[in-house]
Amino acid sequence: MRVRVDAGKCVGAGSCALVAPDVFDQDDDDGTVILLHEAVPAGHEDQVREAAAICPAGVIALNHTGG
Amino acid sequence: MSALPRLPLDRECPMHPPKTYARLQANEPVARAEVYNGDKVWLITKYEYVKALLGDERFSAVPSMPGYPQLSAGVGAAALEERTFLRMDNPDHDHYRKMLTREFTVKAVQRLSPRVQQMIDGLIDDMLTKGPPLDLVPALGLALPSMVITLLLGAPEEDHAFVQDRASARINFNATPEQTRAATRDLLGYLEKLVTEKENEPGDDILSRLIVTYGRTGALSHEEIVHMGRLLISAGHETTSSMISLGTLALLENPGQQAALVGDPSLADRAVEELLRYLTIIPFSTRRVATAEVEIGGHTIRPGEGVFMLTPAANRDPEHFPEPDRLDITRDARHHLAFGYGVHQCLGQQLARMELQAVFATLFTRIPTLRLAVPMAEVSFRDDSVTYGVRALPVTW
Repeated sequence: MRVRVDAGKCVGAGSCALVAPDVFDQDDDDGTVILLHEAVPAGHEDQVREAAAICPAGVIALNHTGG
Repeated sequence: MSALPRLPLDRECPMHPPKTYARLQANEPVARAEVYNGDKVWLITKYEYVKALLGDERFSAVPSMPGYPQLSAGVGAAALEERTFLRMDNPDHDHYRKMLTREFTVKAVQRLSPRVQQMIDGLIDDMLTKGPPLDLVPALGLALPSMVITLLLGAPEEDHAFVQDRASARINFNATPEQTRAATRDLLGYLEKLVTEKENEPGDDILSRLIVTYGRTGALSHEEIVHMGRLLISAGHETTSSMISLGTLALLENPGQQAALVGDPSLADRAVEELLRYLTIIPFSTRRVATAEVEIGGHTIRPGEGVFMLTPAANRDPEHFPEPDRLDITRDARHHLAFGYGVHQCLGQQLARMELQAVFATLFTRIPTLRLAVPMAEVSFRDDSVTYGVRALPVTW
């Protein structure tokens, strides 16, 4: 599973960093999303799916075919 | 033809939303209703629709837009006086919000956690010293958020009674426009003084950081910082306070759930999400006005029409939360919409989560036999305010 983020649309709510802290972090200056791994580490798929589902600004996109 | 429902509807039971919400959700998830002055609005009650419309930027959060829905003349007047990103659309919203987000990131909140735990330990020490019965609202519900705001904004602790009183008056549905405008003026006057002090002598607090980073570079005016301070002080007071007191009551009313938390305090994380879902204490703030024609559930919402995205109804949608009227602190409820959804979703949500998790884990570990000191029927609920809650919570142990 691969994941992409559109940081320009991020509102810094922090949901992704809360549910999948090994994949998402937040910028220290403006709280916007920082993607730590484009290829989701094995075992973190459910967390990333939840992060995408609850992201209030719809910033997180999953790509299942990319690997 | 029957009369349209008029918001706000009465609750049949203080711990549940009005039963009409579930009926509408099942039969008419996009429905018409009216508000205090007879204006017609849309009521959205289905989870998918509420989430979709809150995430749809064709709806505006600007109260001066024609058709923006209000629940009372007084609260409407207070909303019109707001000069913060809460009441802006993009791109302005994101521009201003991002000046504050760094204060409320997951990591920033984690850094605050030990201080907040000390505050909670101290407040519960005081409760145990004083002994039962006592009112949990001033002892813990109001006290903790007040102390946290003091820390974050660098506001003097002795000002809290004043701030609390004025912040509550602004959001009371029975207050007149004159009363809510006066309350707003008082709060802005207070912040004006506080911000001026910090401009002269910045400290280690959010207002000072706004002044140094954005005020001194001209990105924020003095007035804008005053209004942001007013927003933070209001947003931080009655919300978390209400969740502490009403959340405690929900657990006391569900002894099986209380016992589960006492037995395993690590359930506090899940319990907080479930209590946020179950109580959804800010029922009407997720409202917008359409700026374009929007199709939803076979209906067409036209530009200039007001919409209430009813999060209390969405959070009881059985398609997303099985047996939704049952409090179950072991369920996975993190997809609730109690903090709203879309770009306006609560900025302080990670702070609220941290405070609430620590409160419930500590309170029920240290006082596992906590119980109501009066019959449930004698508990007085605050149902005339933007933020739902209890006026007092007499407890014993």
